[in-house]
Amino acid sequence: MGKAFGAVAGVGAVGALYAMKRSWDPLPSVKAAGFTNVDTSTCVENKLVVEKWRGKPIFILKKTADMVSSQTEADSARDVIIDGAHFTVAIGLCTHLGCIPAYREDRTDFLCACHGGEFNASGIDTKLPPPSPLVIPPFKVNGTTLVLGEAGEEYKKMKESGVTA
Amino acid sequence: MAHFEKANSIGEWFDQRLATKTLERVLAKEYWIPKDINFLWAMGMVLAITFGILLVSGIFLLMYYQPNVDTAFDSVNYTIMQEVGFGWLWRHVHAVAASVVFLIIYIHMFTGIYYGSYKKGREIIWVSGMLLFVAFSAEAFSGYMLPWGQMSYWAGMVITNLFSMGSLEMNGVVEWIRGDYVPGQAFLTRFFMLHVLLIPVAILALIGIHFGALRIPHVNNQNGEELDYEVEAEKYKSGNKAASKVIAFANDFMSKDMFVVAVYLIFFFYLTFWNYSFAMDPVNFDPADGLKTPAHIYPEWYFLWSYEILRPFSKDIGLLAFAFAQVIFVLLPWLDRSPNAVPASRRGLFKYWFWIMLANMIVLTTMGKLPPEGINNTIGLVSALLFIGQWLALPFVTMFEKKV
Repeated sequence: MGKAFGAVAGVGAVGALYAMKRSWDPLPSVKAAGFTNVDTSTCVENKLVVEKWRGKPIFILKKTADMVSSQTEADSARDVIIDGAHFTVAIGLCTHLGCIPAYREDRTDFLCACHGGEFNASGIDTKLPPPSPLVIPPFKVNGTTLVLGEAGEEYKKMKESGVTA
Repeated sequence: MAHFEKANSIGEWFDQRLATKTLERVLAKEYWIPKDINFLWAMGMVLAITFGILLVSGIFLLMYYQPNVDTAFDSVNYTIMQEVGFGWLWRHVHAVAASVVFLIIYIHMFTGIYYGSYKKGREIIWVSGMLLFVAFSAEAFSGYMLPWGQMSYWAGMVITNLFSMGSLEMNGVVEWIRGDYVPGQAFLTRFFMLHVLLIPVAILALIGIHFGALRIPHVNNQNGEELDYEVEAEKYKSGNKAASKVIAFANDFMSKDMFVVAVYLIFFFYLTFWNYSFAMDPVNFDPADGLKTPAHIYPEWYFLWSYEILRPFSKDIGLLAFAFAQVIFVLLPWLDRSPNAVPASRRGLFKYWFWIMLANMIVLTTMGKLPPEGINNTIGLVSALLFIGQWLALPFVTMFEKKV
């Protein structure tokens, strides 16, 4: 009798816990956040553009010829090339605890004010505490338009080679 | 049906039905408190009163606050502050009490550590007290989200990101906690619920356990003296109050307790009316903006020491150090290997351990507020390492202590 009662109550408890877990999941309307299209033809060199995608800031930075010629191979591997120009495209959240780093045009790098982390112009971490480079969002290049949220060929290559998390 | 006589007074009528005379005897008239104590023994009552103040002011704020990302900021900063009669009073009382309550909690905690009031039967008092600290921290954090200003938003972002567990990248967990990719409507409403219902209920239950756990071992005294409560109580009851080492909880002890509470309340209302701004960060008077991080993000003063333990390390080690700092105090009754439950001043090496710990936590608190640059980084790192080192050393510091 006790066992039967316990078993029924146990099934009920597990069911209730599952319902509670599901109630805290992101809603379908939140998940279905669509794609963001960015027109890159208006971008100016060494001026950071911040777009919003799924509630997150996306950094889009058009590099100058100097920046491109002086960068390392690891930096180049992260470049998104649109119409011949080199761009940094990254989710603008510090990989430490998610603050938004600020772009310093004179030093061509990013500084996160929360805990003092730094990233270079390609989004690679150069000073602790951030443990990894800025994350590159799924993107697709469509002429001079950058589509955020859709994984194109270039993005898949970066993902496979481990350039971005 | 039980037999009831006709009552001769209102008191008797209630006593027949609720045993009020027995309750009064057990909870007040014959609940014994040692005489050899000082004003630090009143901090429990100061905390209880402060919690009451938070509850009452919170009820009034709750009637006008709107947990909606579009209206929350204005419902606090316009409706409550400017339209509601004395709305500003409830808000300032609530903000000041939420800050001051942590000052008293820390005094209460370090009093317990200094006098060894976590050992020899008092372990559950200590553990329930530390759980209350956790619950109050969660209550403070969830309440901080509600005005939906810049600090609310970014503190919410940073703290929920801690649950990704560093390199484990458990972003699903973070999104589950938020109900969104970033803090949004689902996040605000669920933290509203936690702040006004679930955590307060947990706090009330924990306060019940905390008080109950005190009943059998009784409160400690200034010398850690073991009292025979039955003998001392007999002396008191036979009229020989001067020779007895104990007094009754009410009215004897309570009258002194309430005197300390009165002094505290003067200080509290001085802050509320003339110096409330320390409890209200200016950055949080800008509405939440997901695309603009404030230049400096720092927690309220009472979280600075643990924040400073997180900060000087790389992400994973920082998180481990932070987790260590959050739980280690709970283990104090078992990390302290000494048989002595006496003041730290009579305990040899532990005396130095105590004062270094207290001083270092003040240093950590100070460094947590300063921007992370130059010499600050070094001091922060040394202090954080010292904090961890002190806890690891505690069993060895206390193991060889002589019995006093």
